[in-house]
Amino acid sequence: MYNFVGYIVLLPFIGFLINGLFGKKMNSEKLSGIIGSGVVGISFVIAAAIFFEMLKLPVEERSHIVTIFNWITAGSLSISAAYQVDQLSILMTLIVTGVGFLIHVYSIGYMHGDKGFWRFFAYLNLFIFMMLNLILANNFLLMFLGWEGVGLCSYLLIGFWHDKKFDTGGYKPGEATTSDAAKKAFVVNRIGDFGFLIAMFLIFKLFSSLTFEDVFSRASAIIPVGDKTMFWITLLLFLGATGKSAQIPLFVWLPDAMAGPTPVSALIHAATMVTAGVYMVARCSVLFALAPASMEIVAIIGISTAIFAATMGLVQNDIKKILAYSTISQLGYMFLGLGVGAFASGIFHVMTHAFFKALLFLGAGAVIHAMHDEQDIQNMGGLKSKMPTTYKTFLVAALAIAGIPPFSGFFSKDEILWKAFSQGSYIYWILGWVTAGLTAFYMFRLVSLTFEGKERWSHDKHPHEAPKVMTVPLIILAVLSVIGGLVGVPHSLGGGNAVEQFLEPVFERANLILAGAHSASLSAEYMLMILSVLVAIGGIYLARKLYLQKRELVSKMADSFGGIYKLLWNKYYVDEVYEFTIVKPIKTGSDKLLWRVFDINIIDGIVNGTAKLTAFTSGWMRRIQVGLVQSYALAFVIGIIVILGILIFR
Amino acid sequence: MNFEVIFFFLIAASAIVSAILMVTQRNPIKSVLFLIVNFFCLALIYLILHAQFIAIIQILVYAGAIMVLFLFVIMLLNLGDETKLVEKMSYKKSIASILSGVVLLEIMIGLGLPFGVGFSAMNSKAIEIGTVESIGKSLYTEFILPFEITSMLLLAAIVGVIVLAKKKF
Amino acid sequence: MNFNLTEIPLNYYLALSAIMFSIGVVGVLTRRNAIIVFMCIELMLNSVNLTLVAFSAFHGNTTGQILVFFVMAVAAAEAAVGLAIIIALFRNKMTVNIDEINIMKW
Repeated sequence: MYNFVGYIVLLPFIGFLINGLFGKKMNSEKLSGIIGSGVVGISFVIAAAIFFEMLKLPVEERSHIVTIFNWITAGSLSISAAYQVDQLSILMTLIVTGVGFLIHVYSIGYMHGDKGFWRFFAYLNLFIFMMLNLILANNFLLMFLGWEGVGLCSYLLIGFWHDKKFDTGGYKPGEATTSDAAKKAFVVNRIGDFGFLIAMFLIFKLFSSLTFEDVFSRASAIIPVGDKTMFWITLLLFLGATGKSAQIPLFVWLPDAMAGPTPVSALIHAATMVTAGVYMVARCSVLFALAPASMEIVAIIGISTAIFAATMGLVQNDIKKILAYSTISQLGYMFLGLGVGAFASGIFHVMTHAFFKALLFLGAGAVIHAMHDEQDIQNMGGLKSKMPTTYKTFLVAALAIAGIPPFSGFFSKDEILWKAFSQGSYIYWILGWVTAGLTAFYMFRLVSLTFEGKERWSHDKHPHEAPKVMTVPLIILAVLSVIGGLVGVPHSLGGGNAVEQFLEPVFERANLILAGAHSASLSAEYMLMILSVLVAIGGIYLARKLYLQKRELVSKMADSFGGIYKLLWNKYYVDEVYEFTIVKPIKTGSDKLLWRVFDINIIDGIVNGTAKLTAFTSGWMRRIQVGLVQSYALAFVIGIIVILGILIFR
Repeated sequence: MNFEVIFFFLIAASAIVSAILMVTQRNPIKSVLFLIVNFFCLALIYLILHAQFIAIIQILVYAGAIMVLFLFVIMLLNLGDETKLVEKMSYKKSIASILSGVVLLEIMIGLGLPFGVGFSAMNSKAIEIGTVESIGKSLYTEFILPFEITSMLLLAAIVGVIVLAKKKF
Repeated sequence: MNFNLTEIPLNYYLALSAIMFSIGVVGVLTRRNAIIVFMCIELMLNSVNLTLVAFSAFHGNTTGQILVFFVMAVAAAEAAVGLAIIIALFRNKMTVNIDEINIMKW
């Protein structure tokens, strides 16, 4: 069954080709939708088949490498298009294809009537293809291909409605369009990709190979812990991850990426592409384990981003922007997990996050659709009677992300915080605990303002429940959000922590190097769990009280904390700072220096100068043709003298 | 020093002198005449080398035909002396002299003259090969192809001359 | 100079030829009359003929003399054609001064 892994990757590509090349001619939403969703669905089925086969095999035999073809052979560099099917990649594949399939189906309903329907599905399939390449690759170069590919698809999909006006919230006042948001996403991603690329060069220089197996086995064998080169490699890899997974300092593209259609936000910017960074760090766990300083940096940036983004999400009014900041914050959690050595927990959180975040976005999409493209939650309210299914599923997702047991979010988040605590990093635990409270707060602020309370919208809008094709995926995702956590129930609560056990062989080498995580007592674990639940419930209660009952208190608080409120609302002015310190100098430098001086004067000067030199020399040399026979005879004689001289004095 | 050697030096000296005189004369007719003297000297030298056929041919063809042709053309064109513009370009003469001196020097050095070992110029077979019979034999057996082609060449030359020198095309 | 000569060594013939050749070079570079230039070229050809005959006698081979034969034939043809050109030139330009014939310049 393993040999079918090539089909998992190939089918979405075929879907892309069919929809891309013939979609316009087919001009049938039904056909495009079925093909687009169908290929992803079949990929999911194949992935599931491989998964079940893997479960039957003993642990040592679970990792296979399936080579499709030999791609590059140049000197000592030999790269094949080969897929490594092991526990980690199959889990990610199931997530990508499974959640992807549900979102594809949802899009059939959401994009109904759009004249670019076929293009949308073509891009979505291309994205799935690239993402699968990224996840299943067995070498850095193929992973990088997928890495860049998903960046490209992100650009294409964010700017899908390319002339739609877009408000970027004060950073660029006026006429910003979705294309600008797409460009921003791509450019910021590029900065991260630069880090990844340099890291690849260093890896090749150090290990003479780019295949994961070779690099990881050699690394664990010969590199000492704390090696300087390894520090730089992992730091640069992490830079790439911050770009792709929207961490500090490269997170600024994700809120603007909400300009794209909601299914895009759900698929790419919640469930899959942004988790590519997390996957990459997890895959290179050995390298990171060899550089404790980098792991520290990963953890610090992870938790900083988590709390940073959570504070910004408190005051946003656009429903999708709140969810965007929530995504950034949850990704911070995942990196925190990776940074403290809990690789399996980080991946577990990826899985549960995919479920409930996709659900949140799809639900938001249903609301936006019903409210005729209204996205400001201040103009919503009381929708729970009009859209019951959406409300119920949204509520489930909100409870999951807030960390209420027995929903999935509780288990994964708590696992990370517990691992951080048991390592002795109490600060991480405290900050994570505060962030959990903030998460619960802003999430239920969103729920209260959108679905509950009084209706604040004008009555020419008629919100209604979304069609079946959109609600069925919502329901499926809700079920997964509930039961998804059950595969990761920790030992302390009686479960077998199946996820951790399943993924353990992948992280075996890294865990050997890290060895000796301090553990604290069981009672401490129970205590921490209770504290987490308490802070979540507290956040929910506070949000509901403020926004449902005492709304005037909210505006009074906004006034009295005016300065802080302004700071948060303007997203800490991060965009403005970047614009001022980085973007503007580069633009000015390029225009004045690079273009005027270098390009026009020097490069054009050289090219034109060569031509002028040739003209000048030839003008000077044509004077040899005097037309007098005796001058030519003179030249003959001189030539004879020279040649005779050479022959004689040889 | 037997007669042959003295004879050679005399003839060589007259050849060189007549050559120099030819080059420096103003009057073209005098140049032609000096050149004819040069050719005669050369013919005598060929005779020293026992190349009878070549010597006779030299006189017949070169001195007898080509030089007469030159003479005809000079008289046809009615050229005067080269009196004008001589003094102006005297540096041209000195440069030319220097360059030709250099050429001479190089040739001498290249041949190892005149201080090199003197091989005898005369082979034992020299007398036999200079005769008309021997040249005729070689010409019509080994070199028959160039011979025939030369006749074509001469035909082409004749046609060319007639075409070029006609008054009207 | 060796005064015990009984025969002329090969060198002397070659030296004579070289001297005549360089005199011819002087003439070609210096004279302005086209016909005189032609005659100097004939002089150079003759010096080469002398070399060839000398070597032919030295080796005992008729090849040199055959070559001289052909050189003479070609020189004759060349002289004829060259003089015809000069006549044609004279008809157009009324001069055989080669300094005045310089249209083919830049």
